[in-house]
Amino acid sequence: MADYSTTQTPEAIEKKGFRRTLDDWYEKFNKFLIKIKFDKWKGWVYLAPCIILLLIFTGWPILNTLRMAFLEGYDTMLELGGEPFQFGIGNFTKVIQYRGFKDCLVNTMLLCVLTVPISTFLALLISVCLNAIGPLSRTLQTIYFLPYVTNSIAIGMVFAAMFNMVGTAFGGENELIVTAGIINNVIEFFGGTKINWINEGSSYWANIFVMVVYIVWNALPFKILILLGGLQSVNKQYYDAAKIDATPKWRVFTRITVPLLSPMIAYVVITGFIGGFKEYSSIVGIFGDDMGPTGDPRRLNTMVGFNYRFIAEEQGRASAAALILFAIIFVVTMINLYVSKKKTHF
Amino acid sequence: MTEQFDNQNASLEAETTPVQEEIVPVADEAVMEDALDADAVMAARDLDRVRKTQRVMKIISTALIYVFLIFVAIVIIFPFYWMLISSVKSLEEYRLSVPTLFPKRILLSNYVEAFNTANLGRLFLNTMYVGIVSTIASLVITVLSAFAFARLEFKGRDALFGVLLATMMIPGELFTITNYQTVFYFGWMNTFTVLIVPFLVSVFYIYLLKQNFMQIPNELYLAAKVDGTTDLKYLWKVMIPLSFPTLISITILKMMGAWNSYVWPNLVTSSDEYRLITNGLRNAFVESTGDVNIPIQMAAVAMVSAPLFLVFIFLRKYIMKGVSRSGIKG
Repeated sequence: MADYSTTQTPEAIEKKGFRRTLDDWYEKFNKFLIKIKFDKWKGWVYLAPCIILLLIFTGWPILNTLRMAFLEGYDTMLELGGEPFQFGIGNFTKVIQYRGFKDCLVNTMLLCVLTVPISTFLALLISVCLNAIGPLSRTLQTIYFLPYVTNSIAIGMVFAAMFNMVGTAFGGENELIVTAGIINNVIEFFGGTKINWINEGSSYWANIFVMVVYIVWNALPFKILILLGGLQSVNKQYYDAAKIDATPKWRVFTRITVPLLSPMIAYVVITGFIGGFKEYSSIVGIFGDDMGPTGDPRRLNTMVGFNYRFIAEEQGRASAAALILFAIIFVVTMINLYVSKKKTHF
Repeated sequence: MTEQFDNQNASLEAETTPVQEEIVPVADEAVMEDALDADAVMAARDLDRVRKTQRVMKIISTALIYVFLIFVAIVIIFPFYWMLISSVKSLEEYRLSVPTLFPKRILLSNYVEAFNTANLGRLFLNTMYVGIVSTIASLVITVLSAFAFARLEFKGRDALFGVLLATMMIPGELFTITNYQTVFYFGWMNTFTVLIVPFLVSVFYIYLLKQNFMQIPNELYLAAKVDGTTDLKYLWKVMIPLSFPTLISITILKMMGAWNSYVWPNLVTSSDEYRLITNGLRNAFVESTGDVNIPIQMAAVAMVSAPLFLVFIFLRKYIMKGVSRSGIKG
């Protein structure tokens, strides 16, 4: 049985007294809040952690990047040493003249221009087919989503293993190949000759091909998800009308499906370009931190990779490069928006 | 009479089956010719034939679609399959000139070796720690901010929200340079703080949750106010339960982000003590000669990928919902 007498110990009474003072304080606090009209600005209190963090890690970087980019030869260490910098556009000209820069730009553009249309078209085709079938559709949909839930570096290593040749002196006289890699095995099975995809002495276009395959494979899930979602919300009446008119399938696709899906297609293309210009970790996944086959490091370097190389030392150039990247993404997005406004039907 | 009936039937058929549009005019022609001949038997036979071809065409096209889709599914799955079977092969078997599609002998010792080589245990704990702490803190901040934007009235609210949305356009790479300086200046290099704090606020998640909060009728809030419920209690008892699916989506995406982050940890940490799993994975097996022990490497990759797949299997709905609204990876 509970011993009720204990509730009357001096300790408990004291606690009650403590409670009372706490309540008093709470009341006083509430009055204080009313007095200072807390309701009018309490939103700022709720937002305080968010705003403080954003000011430090988003607001300041924006201003500081502009500042660093326009100070000639800016370097944090020198600045801490008290060295003054002059205002100018030297960082930009240096970045553009840098011999690696053009390659990075070309690589990035090339990967964008190749992967975005291919992955969008494939995703559209797959979505339309998925939408046309009944059984198995959900299972297939789940399978197609799998590449999304992966670590792009980890699976990049799997792709590298699939394309990797083990041996020495590829293409030379003393060529010794231990394994050619599963992709080459498949090619040889169908009567082709093996290709040096990513190893020492491989050609640039073989590298690009591997990257395109990997990036498209990686980009499909998101695009299928969006396009299929769009297809499922399309009004069935359009298709019924087309059936009554006995419209050929291809025309139904180009005249009904694509126009009705155009907002989703535009969305997928725009996000694809933005992601494409920031391509980095998929290349690290396949080629490692060197971003190129052995013997030719940085061959596949991209804009983002270019940027990261300067971060530790020459922040002025890194900032200029980041601003150039931002400008490119901005312009491409604007062009995309402009085109899609003209072409989309909403 | 029968002809007309058949004719109607034919056009009905054309309406209901989507695949054989080209055939339909032929059917009409045939029917009309036969009507002129007034040979009912012939017409019926023709129609039968046409319907049969239509059915066959439909079956063929459906079969083609399935063949295509299954082919794509195989292409999508193949890397995962290759990763799994390579991870249990011995190095000798992996290097056979004619590869085996199924391992002759399953070698689980690769996993043990990979675990030790890449120091995966430590990296796994690091990643879990960073993921959990940053997710919880980020959820608190996101909920409070979204609540303020969705429900509270104060001066400058909409302007502030507009500014936040505008920052979403800027690529994150632009912030990295200054953030690198900032954390260096704060003395945060090689700590967990540096991996957590800079990414606590995500404008996109605030936006997502704000939209969700806005759908909850304001009357509920006012009623709670009349009853003397405090804001925080209302938030906890009403808003959070009602927007639970969005919160789960945010949680998963945030955890996946920690699991997949590579660039930032690579910049600001230099020892395994604070590195995350992806860094360890890529750097532990880097060998330029092409002479990597791929089975062991694949075992490590499989171990790193496994948690993501488990999460996906159990929480597919939330992931797909979250992703379809965001379009961001990690």
